[in-house]
Amino acid sequence: MAEHLLQVEGLKQYFPVKIGFMRKRMLKAVDGVSFTIDKGETLGLVGESGCGKTTVGRSLLRLYRPTEGVIRFKGEEITDSNIQRFRKQMQVVFQDPYSSLNPRMTVADIVGEPLDIHKLYKTQKEREEKIVSLLQLVGLNSDHSRRYAHEFSGGQRQRIGIARALAVDPEFIVCDEPVSALDVSIQAQVINTFEELQQRLGLAYLFIAHDLHVVHHMSRRIAVMYLGKIVETASADSILAQPMHPYTQSLISAIPIADPARARKRRRIILQGEVPSPLNLPSGCSFRTRCRYATQQCAEQTPQLRELAPGHEVSCWNPQATTTV
Amino acid sequence: MANPLLQVKNLHTVFPIQSGEVRAVNGINFNLDRGKVLGIVGESGSGKSVTAYSILRILDYPGNISQGEILYENEDIVRMSPGEMRQIRGARISIIFQDPMTSLNPVYTVQNQLVEAILLHTKRDRKQAKERALEMLQLVGVNEPQKRLKQYPYQLSGGMRQRVMIAMALACEPDILIADEPTTALDVTIQAQILELMQELKSKLGMAIIMITHDLGVIAEMCDEIIVMYAGRICERGTAEEIFYNPRHEYTKGLLRSIPNFALSKERLTPIAGSPVDLLNMPRGCAFAARCDAAMKVCLTEQPEEISINENHKASCWVNVRDTAAEGTEGRQANG
Repeated sequence: MAEHLLQVEGLKQYFPVKIGFMRKRMLKAVDGVSFTIDKGETLGLVGESGCGKTTVGRSLLRLYRPTEGVIRFKGEEITDSNIQRFRKQMQVVFQDPYSSLNPRMTVADIVGEPLDIHKLYKTQKEREEKIVSLLQLVGLNSDHSRRYAHEFSGGQRQRIGIARALAVDPEFIVCDEPVSALDVSIQAQVINTFEELQQRLGLAYLFIAHDLHVVHHMSRRIAVMYLGKIVETASADSILAQPMHPYTQSLISAIPIADPARARKRRRIILQGEVPSPLNLPSGCSFRTRCRYATQQCAEQTPQLRELAPGHEVSCWNPQATTTV
Repeated sequence: MANPLLQVKNLHTVFPIQSGEVRAVNGINFNLDRGKVLGIVGESGSGKSVTAYSILRILDYPGNISQGEILYENEDIVRMSPGEMRQIRGARISIIFQDPMTSLNPVYTVQNQLVEAILLHTKRDRKQAKERALEMLQLVGVNEPQKRLKQYPYQLSGGMRQRVMIAMALACEPDILIADEPTTALDVTIQAQILELMQELKSKLGMAIIMITHDLGVIAEMCDEIIVMYAGRICERGTAEEIFYNPRHEYTKGLLRSIPNFALSKERLTPIAGSPVDLLNMPRGCAFAARCDAAMKVCLTEQPEEISINENHKASCWVNVRDTAAEGTEGRQANG
């Protein structure tokens, strides 16, 4: 079998939280997540706020030191000592284009900084040429380079963020909700930019978002997270057409459809209650407190991901075969 | 026929600032009938929130209404004194804001904030007001309402806070509820709960809702009628079916094309080119002309008038003016 570009096994990321004087408890933000991403592929990661999707992205890049688990890039394990080398191949685009760009740096300096750090040019002229070509690559023009971030609109700022990520010529980019802060008409422009760059440069993405429409559009495969665990993973189309985990089903049915006739006809599964605190997880399956099909077994045993159809893994004791949409 | 509950006529709202006058709302007209849900869509800066704030007269300084009338039960809100306005705000017309964290007071308990609104606007005494507060929390589906009354906003989750906001807005049984992006800050599963709740309460209490959002999905699920705004003007209006299945303004068409759709998802998205208009330097003609594929000469120089597509549908776009003119001549030729 060909080697995966990125391989994650049993990733756990716990954070100590003070809950009183001298007392600490572990917040299990990510609790045993495994997946692989191939070259030029997009894996979509969806889930509600607080489910740990952003933490997965950050742990991959070692912006946090993972509590447990192995991350391999091109077959080589990433550790604290060799991370500098991998930073050149793995980059990130953040959610908020307003706070992720330094307001006191010009666009040329923002995009040029990774070039400086990794010493990717010989002469000053070469540096400038590289910056201009990066800006053009993401659809900005060269006279933007002397301006500051605040002079740009949200969509343009996100492009600056993308240009910065591309500066070191990476093979893999973590896209952490890159379009959530943008208006719909601008969202589509940025999504198209991501797709064009993928085709042209053969990039692999981990595309994190809470908007299932956007994730489905971008990705070949989708993983659905709930409280630090992946509960279902399958190809983008089968997640939508035949979701098997009750959580995925309700997530899909909760999405408003921009089509009045269909929206009025369909029956929604409205989840009761709210997401339990990750400090105090329910026993067994974490979704059982909101699940319609929960049984005694769900409270006693933690379900593991099982392959129920080719390429379709579900972690549920009572998977439901339904078709939606 | 009786007059509509709310009539907005030629409303202009401006923000004079040092570098000029930001014309956030430029002459909009619409009516709202009892028991209806009116949706206002548009991107950030299109003037949808400013319209809502104008109706309640809660514009931030230096914003002011420079022209126009807002008739609520045939009385002009624009001309009301601050005292009269207070009788309306919260009691007859109330609002739910986008961000439930910043719109609740962090240093008062839920009970405190709910009771304050009830005491101000109804004839209940303190004890009755407390009962009413409890009743409202039950109505909006807050679990353990007794306990929640004693809690502070930070102790509640986002969905719970938004329910408290809704309870507060509805405590005095308003005629009109303005919902300014009520679910944008919430997760989809919680959003579904809140939208369902709003629909249920609408049929139970019979109020009219103005739903402001940029999410076309939310609009499609909730609204009877839709207004599409661009650069402070209404560019298209009509019933939900007309807007979604028969859009006639190029901006609306672009909006509908630019949302990812499950059915045809792998096709490339068609974004609207360019960026939103600069409200300080509004173009002379149609504000959307610079981003429009179908723009003609006349679009750059003259403001299009609103023309009727059919009885449930109006659009302000020169392309439609041209097409109707062409149909007219063809019709005449056929007859002749």
